[in-house]
Amino acid sequence: MSPPAKPTPSRAAEPIAAWRVDPEVVAVELVDVSFSYDVRPVLKGITMTIPRGKIVAIMGGSGCGKTTILRLIGGQLRPQSGQVRVGGQSVPDLEPEALYDLRRKYGMLFQFGALFTDMSVFENIAFPMREHTELPEELIRDLVLMKLQAVGLRGAAHLMPAELSGGMARRVALARAIALDPMLVLYDEPFAGLDPISLGVIGQLIRRLNDALSITSIVVTHDVYESLKIVDYLYFVSEGRIVASGTPGEVRASADPFVRQFVNGAPDGPVPFHYPAASYREELLADVD
Amino acid sequence: MSTDVATGITYWLRRLGGTVTGVVAQLGYVARFLVAVLWHTPDAFRRIHLTLREIYFSGVLSLVIILMSGLFVGMVLSLQGYETLKRYGADEQLGILVALALVRELGPVLAGLLFASRAGSAITAEIGLMKTTEQLAAMEMMAVDPLARVVAPRFWGGVISMPLLAALFSACGIFGGYIVGVKLIGIDAGAFWGQMKAGVNVWPDVTNGIIKSLVFGAAVSLIAVFEGYEAKPTAEGVATATTRTVVISSLTILALDFVMTVFMFRGANVG
Repeated sequence: MSPPAKPTPSRAAEPIAAWRVDPEVVAVELVDVSFSYDVRPVLKGITMTIPRGKIVAIMGGSGCGKTTILRLIGGQLRPQSGQVRVGGQSVPDLEPEALYDLRRKYGMLFQFGALFTDMSVFENIAFPMREHTELPEELIRDLVLMKLQAVGLRGAAHLMPAELSGGMARRVALARAIALDPMLVLYDEPFAGLDPISLGVIGQLIRRLNDALSITSIVVTHDVYESLKIVDYLYFVSEGRIVASGTPGEVRASADPFVRQFVNGAPDGPVPFHYPAASYREELLADVD
Repeated sequence: MSTDVATGITYWLRRLGGTVTGVVAQLGYVARFLVAVLWHTPDAFRRIHLTLREIYFSGVLSLVIILMSGLFVGMVLSLQGYETLKRYGADEQLGILVALALVRELGPVLAGLLFASRAGSAITAEIGLMKTTEQLAAMEMMAVDPLARVVAPRFWGGVISMPLLAALFSACGIFGGYIVGVKLIGIDAGAFWGQMKAGVNVWPDVTNGIIKSLVFGAAVSLIAVFEGYEAKPTAEGVATATTRTVVISSLTILALDFVMTVFMFRGANVG
């Protein structure tokens, strides 16, 4: 796959319903986005494009601003500068009502599932349907069972979230994320804290659901091996900047020092092992008052 | 030297100003939050089952502690009141003393304090934990406003429960006073009830008591949902928020009670 097309700022907002039509068209684009919490800069001029129908991974170490990118796309945060466009609409400029309309077309998988703990698995998946549709109860029941069947947990419909293992909770959350047949699914660390089997299951589900439902997926993760297996394109983020990008093949073959360090999990390299500090020698020999 | 003093004074003035503007800003923030919650009131009542559920959790489940406390407060009030009234040969006035104390003050205030620690803390902890586990964020991303789905029903559940709990507290207290005064001490039952009937008025006594309990219910519920919603999303943050709910609610109840009592009963009795 060739790298995504250069972001072409287009003022004309296209209807979101057209998302699935042309896979070559960009579903999400960020243009020179900067964001800081109070005074601490998190993102410094991020530009990325996410083509429709593809799975794009945003990779980077913990605290590099990956999740912030998802929050910007979700409209939970506004960038200090730059543009965030989803389906041609500028997300930061949307009125609350329009933003909620847009979010109905999103699905989001949170890091630890974020299932509603006071509802059963069934009710969790039925929740978005009950909130946004007037479907009769029987139809909701069938839809929920179909979503659960897709993630292999139809037998767990009656369980409460507290009774689920980490991997099962993640799958239920995935079923909830696709409950309303979204056009864009955001995954926040979908592989974190899972055993190897659950990890493979989630990875395969992300790929299969993306292809079967013609979804566009954005996966924020630091799990490089699992991502290389399933995604179409990867962006590497470090210290608020995109330092590398490419298809899985390009990444495997890359000589870029950051990519090499990340893929090989080397403790030291472009990302230093030591947090910035004064000279070790001076600090040890310093007089203590 | 004089520059040091000047710097010191400037420093303290600046701190004082900072504190004052901070408090005013916080109050404004809470007020905005209240407006947002009230804005979502129709949601809370359109999906009435959500609000009913909260009335159950904060009202019905608080019944045991409220009824028991009311009973004991009434019994103690009766014992202590009798000792004092007897000295002036006014022991038949016991009924009126117990009823007025409960309906005007102790019912709303004590029920409010108990409500804050029993239900308010639970509301804060629940909303705070939902925030910590990203359930609120998940709701927002599903295009469901947590203010409408989570906060407004809990707020209204509290506002509706509180006057009912205060009324039950007073009723139980009066019953406790009756047990001690009439059954134990032996005051004439007719005098006990008769004096009460003659001395307690629907207006201002009962009505003002109800108004108080409504205000306390609104205050406690607002503080509880606000602290939960604004809690830092960590274990420590939820713990702090829960504590703050109980402390701030209790102080608010006592302060509001004083202010309202001044306005409600001063003209009626002192003036």
